[in-house]
Amino acid sequence: MKRLAWPLGMLAALLLVNLIFTDHFFQIEIKDGHLYGSLIDIFRFGAPLILVALGMTLVIATSGIDLSVGSVVAISGAMACLQITSLSSQDSIGGVLGAAGIALGLAVALGVGNGFLVAVIGIQPIIATLILMVAGRGLAQLISDGQIITVNSAPYKLIGGGYWLTLPFGIIIVAVVLALTAFFTRRLALGLLIESVGGNAEASRLSGIRSRGILIVVYAFCALCAGIAGLMISSNVSSADGNNAGLWIELDAILAVVIGGTSLAGGRFSLSGTVLGALIIQTLTTTIYSIGVPPETTLLFKALVVTIVCLLQSPAFRAKVFRNRRKPAPPAVSAEEKVTVAT
Amino acid sequence: MTLLKKIIALVAVGVLATACGGDAETGASSSASSSSGGDSTITMGFAQVGAESGWRTANTKSVQEAAKAAGIDLKFSDAQQKQENQIKAIRSYIQQKVDVIAFSPVVESGWDTVLMEAKTANIPVILTDRAVDSADTSLYKTFLGSDFVEEGKKAGQWLVEQYASETGDVNIVELQGTTGSAPANDRKSGFAEVIGADPKFKVIASQSGDFTRAKGKEVMDAFLKANPDIDVLYAHNDDMGLGAIEAIEGAGKVPGKDIKIITVDAVKDGMQALADGKINYIVECSPLLGPQLMDLAKKVLAGETVETRVVTEETTFTQEQAKTALPTRQY
Repeated sequence: MKRLAWPLGMLAALLLVNLIFTDHFFQIEIKDGHLYGSLIDIFRFGAPLILVALGMTLVIATSGIDLSVGSVVAISGAMACLQITSLSSQDSIGGVLGAAGIALGLAVALGVGNGFLVAVIGIQPIIATLILMVAGRGLAQLISDGQIITVNSAPYKLIGGGYWLTLPFGIIIVAVVLALTAFFTRRLALGLLIESVGGNAEASRLSGIRSRGILIVVYAFCALCAGIAGLMISSNVSSADGNNAGLWIELDAILAVVIGGTSLAGGRFSLSGTVLGALIIQTLTTTIYSIGVPPETTLLFKALVVTIVCLLQSPAFRAKVFRNRRKPAPPAVSAEEKVTVAT
Repeated sequence: MTLLKKIIALVAVGVLATACGGDAETGASSSASSSSGGDSTITMGFAQVGAESGWRTANTKSVQEAAKAAGIDLKFSDAQQKQENQIKAIRSYIQQKVDVIAFSPVVESGWDTVLMEAKTANIPVILTDRAVDSADTSLYKTFLGSDFVEEGKKAGQWLVEQYASETGDVNIVELQGTTGSAPANDRKSGFAEVIGADPKFKVIASQSGDFTRAKGKEVMDAFLKANPDIDVLYAHNDDMGLGAIEAIEGAGKVPGKDIKIITVDAVKDGMQALADGKINYIVECSPLLGPQLMDLAKKVLAGETVETRVVTEETTFTQEQAKTALPTRQY
């Protein structure tokens, strides 16, 4: 929990900025039978990023990385919308479920492909997934024929743009996926195995862990998350845009994972940290729109905030700056921290 | 080297003509005419922005079809909205020694180096649809495309007429295109110029929606929360406007009534929304400039002088006009 203090502080600071500069930012009302407000927007638009970042967390925990998630987002959205346009009735729930199933199946297959390249062929993860990152955009355009596919389907609209029990449906999906992931990795041994493979794949194999299988499962899970995120993004605007959907989301996802305190070197991870990291990024985006940062300077503003977050996250930096108040953390403390997070 | 290439091209033309037509005379006459005129099959390298919207897709189709019709060999690349991709594509066209390069710049600035490389390699460059801000206009032969400032002005004029009798403030929010792109800069400045004459028009928020529906919706959602009183939305393209419509509906307001919407482009989905009364006014920006582009390319290569600025024919649409125009809309 201590490790989450800095990102939590940063999120609070961002919200404080909004409290001062934006009227009605914290106002949440019921409109048309669902919750409505800026905070709800952060969850709604942040949901795809949280999902992608969740998958990315596990991949990074195996000391890998998945650059192809943005492309998988585009492919899954394009595939689902293409299937829906071929339905006789776009409002048929079974048809939409089928379309979503085909899209997610394709995403998982692509993830297994990534895992195969990494685990069996032994290509470095950054290169193996770079292949799909580049080729995937082409595949998405091939599926959508270079067009933006517009659909008009009420059940599909629900996934990313609808509400259930007054809550945005996307955030319910995220909660379910998060709960399942937390259960499998923290209540069962899977998380430990993943961390073990990330720490040293060869040593893990020698101690009887099927490293290859674990790696393939993790990459497939990451692609599945990206696939669901792709459905949400395309459903939110009822159209699939092969070129722009999920563009650069892999970078935001990696950033969310890093802000959340997961080491890029692998071997340990924090799911709650990642969720927090993704929320910080989305809050930052919403803040930029709300307080009216000029578009020309948006990227610079974002970069500054991210730099500050990362610096505050770094124990070495904190040790230097806050030297008089705190001593640099001795190694024993970080080992203890690792144990607390793992439990 | 160019001589060698011309010979290869000539042979290719000859072979193709004979192979396809099976008519030796046509093949002979075509190669004869090309050798006499000194122009073999023209190879054009076209660096597209990316398939950001239906508009861009129609633009791509128009260029591809016009090239086929004009017998021009088209090398096509898609930059996915990234300037570095486009620069890479142009460099590869220079290396492949194409006869003419045409491209729609993703953003306005930063083209001098690569355009200078093209100039040094003696390859003429034609800008389509978007301009560059290079001070040295000799870097390109001509710029074919819409006048974005004019489009912004048309949008502003309609607004001024609609609110002529209004005495209170008119709160406007603006969804800009990709930051730094010519249409975003010019549509913003043209609009601002016209409405700036009357202080009652206030642009209370203006952000980039990257010309996409998803961003348009996200930004509009934030606008709606931060500004309770929005009278007018001005979106730099239809797609952002369509995304914003969803956000407005989600906020329990009626697009086209509670918030008047002006967009630019007039793609089919946009025209449909206009006919349905969800958008109030669309300024057309025609993407069908392929045939004009091919004509210009031929003229430039034949050594004829061309105007440095060629404007495409465009109009505007109200809701009633949209209903009549919609059935025959190509894109």
